[in-house]
Amino acid sequence: MSNAMLHDTQSQSAVREIAIRDALNEAMTEEMVRDERVFLVGEEVGNYNGAYKCSRGMLDQFGPKRVIDAPIAENGFTGIGIGAAMAGLRPIVEFMTFNFSLVAIDQILNTAAKSRLMSAGQLSCPIVFRGAGGAAFQLGAQHANSFEHFYAYTPGLIVVAPATPYDMKGLLKSSIRDDNPVCFFESELTYGMKGPVPTEEYVIPIGKADIKREGSDVTIITWSKNVFLCLEAAEALAQQGISAEVVDLRTLRPFDREAVLTSVAKTNRCVVVQEQHEIASYGAFMSHFISREIFDELDAPVGLVSTLEAPMPYSKALEVVLLPSVARIVQEVRAVCG
Amino acid sequence: MEHEVLTDLFAKMLRIRRFEEEAARLYTEKKIGGFLHLYIGQEAVAVGTISVLKDTDYIMTGYRCHGHYLARGGSARAGMAELMGKETGCAKGRGGSMHFYDVERRFMGGWGIVGGQVPVAAGLAFAEKYKGEDNIAVVYLGDGAINIGSFHEGLALAALWKIPCVFIIENNQFAMGTPLERTASTEDLSIRALAYPMARETVDGHDIYAVRATMHAAAKRAREQHLPTLIEAKTYRYRGHSMADPAKYRTKEDVDAWRSRDPIKVLGETMDSQGMKDLRIRIENEIEEEIQDAVRFGEESPFPAPETALDYTYV
Repeated sequence: MSNAMLHDTQSQSAVREIAIRDALNEAMTEEMVRDERVFLVGEEVGNYNGAYKCSRGMLDQFGPKRVIDAPIAENGFTGIGIGAAMAGLRPIVEFMTFNFSLVAIDQILNTAAKSRLMSAGQLSCPIVFRGAGGAAFQLGAQHANSFEHFYAYTPGLIVVAPATPYDMKGLLKSSIRDDNPVCFFESELTYGMKGPVPTEEYVIPIGKADIKREGSDVTIITWSKNVFLCLEAAEALAQQGISAEVVDLRTLRPFDREAVLTSVAKTNRCVVVQEQHEIASYGAFMSHFISREIFDELDAPVGLVSTLEAPMPYSKALEVVLLPSVARIVQEVRAVCG
Repeated sequence: MEHEVLTDLFAKMLRIRRFEEEAARLYTEKKIGGFLHLYIGQEAVAVGTISVLKDTDYIMTGYRCHGHYLARGGSARAGMAELMGKETGCAKGRGGSMHFYDVERRFMGGWGIVGGQVPVAAGLAFAEKYKGEDNIAVVYLGDGAINIGSFHEGLALAALWKIPCVFIIENNQFAMGTPLERTASTEDLSIRALAYPMARETVDGHDIYAVRATMHAAAKRAREQHLPTLIEAKTYRYRGHSMADPAKYRTKEDVDAWRSRDPIKVLGETMDSQGMKDLRIRIENEIEEEIQDAVRFGEESPFPAPETALDYTYV
C-alpha cells in the first residue's frame, strides 16, 4: 500500500473499495458539482454512459449542456474544447482511447500547449484530455499504442499517468483544477480494478511520485498500469532474495526528481519499466536523467524494460512477446543486480 | 453619420496598408525576422467585417494576421515591436508576425497551422453560448484552408451544436503559389456550407459596404439564433505569399485589375468627390505619423531578457 494512501486515509472517516471507472466518475462528478465551468465532451460519454462507463449517470445528473456526446471528429471537438478553455470554461475532453488522439494531436501540441507562450501569458488553457492509453488484450496494432511520450515531450503540457483508483481520483481532480492543459492517461485493462478510496474529498498534487513498495536493493521506476506488473515482479524478486522498491511516477511532466533521485541514491541500482518502445521513449529519457544526475551513486547501468520494436501483432501468442512481463522485469533486475 | 463611417473605414484600411508597407521595408533591412505574410489588398475584408462587431465578440485568424489585429484596434506600436521581437510587442516578442494577440480586445491570435484555428474559434463561441452571453466568434481563413480536416470538423460541429460562429474564407485566389483552380473543384467556395449545412454568403471583398452588410446579417444570425454562417469574401493580395515570394505565378495584368478597384483608393476618391479632400489628407498625415512613431518605438524598445526565455510556458 502506498505511503500517501496510508497517510491520507488515517484521517478519513470511511474508505470503501471502488473500481477505477467509478473513481474517475466521482472525480468528474465532484468537480462538475463544484464548478459550473467544468463540462465533459467526447464520443459516447452521454447516452451510452461512456465507452468504458466512466461517465455513467452523468448525463442524467448534469444534462446535455454539460455532458456532450460528440460525433467522431477528434480534431473538431478537441479544438472546440481548447477554444472554450481559452474563453474561461474548464473542459474535460474524453478520448475513447489515446490511440484516436493522433487526429487531434495538432490541436493539443500546437494550440493547447503553445498558446500561453505565443500570447506571452494573455491566454491560458485549463483543459483535461483523458482516456485510455496502452495495450489491452489483442486489440491489434492501431489500438495498442502507448503515446505518453508524445505529450510528455511537449513543454506547456502536463502529463499524468496514475495506476490505482485512489491516485486516479485524486489526480484527476487536481488535473481538472489545474490552469494548464493536462493529458491524463488511463488504461482499458484496469477500469474494473478495485482499490480503497476514501469517501471524504481529497486531491493529490500533480508532480509527486509515490513509493508503492519499499525496498533496498534496486529501484523500479514505472507509471500507469505497469505499476501492478512491477509490484508482481517485486514479489517474485523478494522470493529470490532481492528487495525491490517500486516508484510510481504518477506524473511524467513535471516529474518528481527528488523522489527518483532519493530512491536510486538509496538502492544504487535502477530499472525503468515502460510500455513504450525503447527508441526515443520516456524511459530512455529517465535512464539518461538518472545517469546524468547521480552517476556516482550507481553500481550498474540503469536497466530498461520496454515493448519490443514492432507494431503490436494481434495474436495473443505474439502480443505477450512484445509487451513487458514479470519475467522480463525479473530478468532485467537480476542483470542490474548481478 | 455616413461621412463618419466613410472616413473611419478609410482610415482603418489605410492604417493597415501603411503599417505593412513599413513592415516590408523593415524586413528587407533585416529588422524583422522569420516569415512576413502581408495582408495588402485584403484590407476591406478585415475592416469591413470587424467594423460591425461588438467589442466583446471574439476574433481569430490565420497567419496573415496583422490586418485583423489592427482593424480590431490593436496598437501599431505593439504590433511593430512584435515584428521586431521586442519585449514591448503585442505578445512580448514571443509570438511574431504569425501570432499577434490582443486578448483584452478579444483578438485571440493568428495561427501558423492552416485551418487549425477553425474549431478553436468555434470553441470560443461555444463558451459564450454556454455562459449565456450573446457574444459571437468570427474566424478568418484563406482559400488554402478549405480542404483540411479541421475546417470541415469545425464547421460540421458548429452546425450540429448551433454554435454562434461566423467563418470567413478570404479567397485571395492563391494558396501560397497555387491558384484556386488547382486546389478546389469549384470557384464557389461558400457552397461547402451546404454540406453541414449552414447559411452561406459570397461577397466582393473589395466592396467594403457589401462586406459590412454581409457580416451584419451573419452576426445577427449568430447572436440571435445561435446559427453559424460561412462567408466567402473574394479578394486579392497584391504582394507575394510572404516576403520570400516574388509571385511569378501570376500576371501583372491580373494584379492591376484588382488594384484598379483598390478599396482604399476608391474610398479616398469618394472622400474627395464629397468635399472631404482636406480631411483625407489630414488622415493620411496622422496615419503616417502614427506608423513612423510605431517604427521608432519598435526600434528603441528592448529585446526580451535572456533569463525570461522559458517564461509563459506554464501558468
